[in-house]
Amino acid sequence: MVRLIVDTLLSQVRTLWLVFMKLFQKKDTVEYPDQQPYMFPRWRGRIILSRDPDGEERCVACNLCAVACPVDCIALQKGEMEDGRWYPEFFRINFSRCIMCGFCEEACPTNAIQLTPDFEMAEYVRQDMVWEKEDLLINGTGKYHDYNFYRVAGKKIEGKDKGEALNEAAPVDVRSLLP
Amino acid sequence: MSLEIGSPLTVGLILFAVIITGALLITVERRLLGFWQERLGPNRVGWFGSLQVVADMIKIFTKEDWIPPFADRFSFVIAPGIIMSVVLLSFAVIPFAPNVGVIDSNIGVLFVLAMASLGAYSVMLGGLSSDNKYALLGSLRAAAQMVSYEVFMGISLLGVVALAGSFNLREIVEAQSGGWYIIPQFIGFVIFLIAGVAESHRLPFDIPEAEQEICAGYHTEYSGMKFGMFFVAEYVGLVLIASLITVLFFGGWLGPTFLPPIIWFAIKAFGFIAFFILMRAAVPRPRYDQLMTYGWLFLLPLSLVNLLVTGVIILSTQ
Repeated sequence: MVRLIVDTLLSQVRTLWLVFMKLFQKKDTVEYPDQQPYMFPRWRGRIILSRDPDGEERCVACNLCAVACPVDCIALQKGEMEDGRWYPEFFRINFSRCIMCGFCEEACPTNAIQLTPDFEMAEYVRQDMVWEKEDLLINGTGKYHDYNFYRVAGKKIEGKDKGEALNEAAPVDVRSLLP
Repeated sequence: MSLEIGSPLTVGLILFAVIITGALLITVERRLLGFWQERLGPNRVGWFGSLQVVADMIKIFTKEDWIPPFADRFSFVIAPGIIMSVVLLSFAVIPFAPNVGVIDSNIGVLFVLAMASLGAYSVMLGGLSSDNKYALLGSLRAAAQMVSYEVFMGISLLGVVALAGSFNLREIVEAQSGGWYIIPQFIGFVIFLIAGVAESHRLPFDIPEAEQEICAGYHTEYSGMKFGMFFVAEYVGLVLIASLITVLFFGGWLGPTFLPPIIWFAIKAFGFIAFFILMRAAVPRPRYDQLMTYGWLFLLPLSLVNLLVTGVIILSTQ
């Protein structure tokens, strides 16, 4: 009984002493706005739409990102240019819903939609969290510098017929394959 | 007007200083708690966060002061006023320095204990009138805890009273000029410290307002300045317990003469306030039945034995 009381008391005194000595230790706090954290290049933050090396929009309005999005925060409408390229007439991301999961980036066949290490997106008005295509589009290629969808894809556009893409064989006349 | 016991200037200054200290403690506690948990605490407003208390006050004054429609209005409104006024009234008998104090009462110790008992009414009324099960549980716990811990809080002081031969706090301080009562009354000091923490329901014994179990206990339904009164009264109560320990066991204003007596008092009292905050940072909360068992089965017999031994020694040396 006495042993128990003494042990309990000593344990409390030791606890108090150890916690008191924390006063002289280095603090763990990161003073964020003054001291910016290092953001890793693959961090999943603010979403952008990139352009191909020729400066054209990469997005071909295939809607795969909107389908993959688990919270349905992406909305877009397909349009078609005279030369046969597809492009989004509008492209809208509601960042108040976006959970930065990166599924859209994984789904994108043209590397158009990409996530960046920027995370400072707070707004006072909820409506300001909805970003349109002009806000999302950047002037660079993002993470993939040489990729140009229309140069490697078999899709026919003006100035590039079937079979003229990189690493592409000329189309085969299926009738010639008949026995 | 001059600085003497009971002059209007002195009374006004003491009232002002006590309330300002209570308000400033909100910031000091947050800062110190932060340091002891390897954080920085609030350091944005003003010089190293010194104006945080102003920001807190602006927030609490501009909040809606809401009375729940199901509450009993009269006792709901009166409860925070009771605890604030009894805690402030207790400061009337505290001797801050040889000529600084409100009254020089012959029953100072009894007055403080009586006021501490009245504080239980505030907590009880606040919880009962809220008509909320968590508030009721909190006030139930608070009433039981305050009533039981008052018993040996009083008994632990009797050793000091017997040594000094007076209930007058000013005479108790003067009787300590030969040596502080912490040495002959160490057990009494420890019991008073524990009972004082339980009486002001600070963290190791904040069972009446345990956030993790019963929301905020008896002040669950309070908001705005009525909650602020409970909040500030808790800190003023902390100052009161620290001042009492200083007066009863650590020689009050006594100290080497290179500093004025009031400064010595402030230094000692602040040391105990910091110790209470350290206890909050370090010691976990016991269970409710553990608290009651500990009080009745351990602290009460210990304080009785302490009183008995003190009495025997005083009588045998006469």
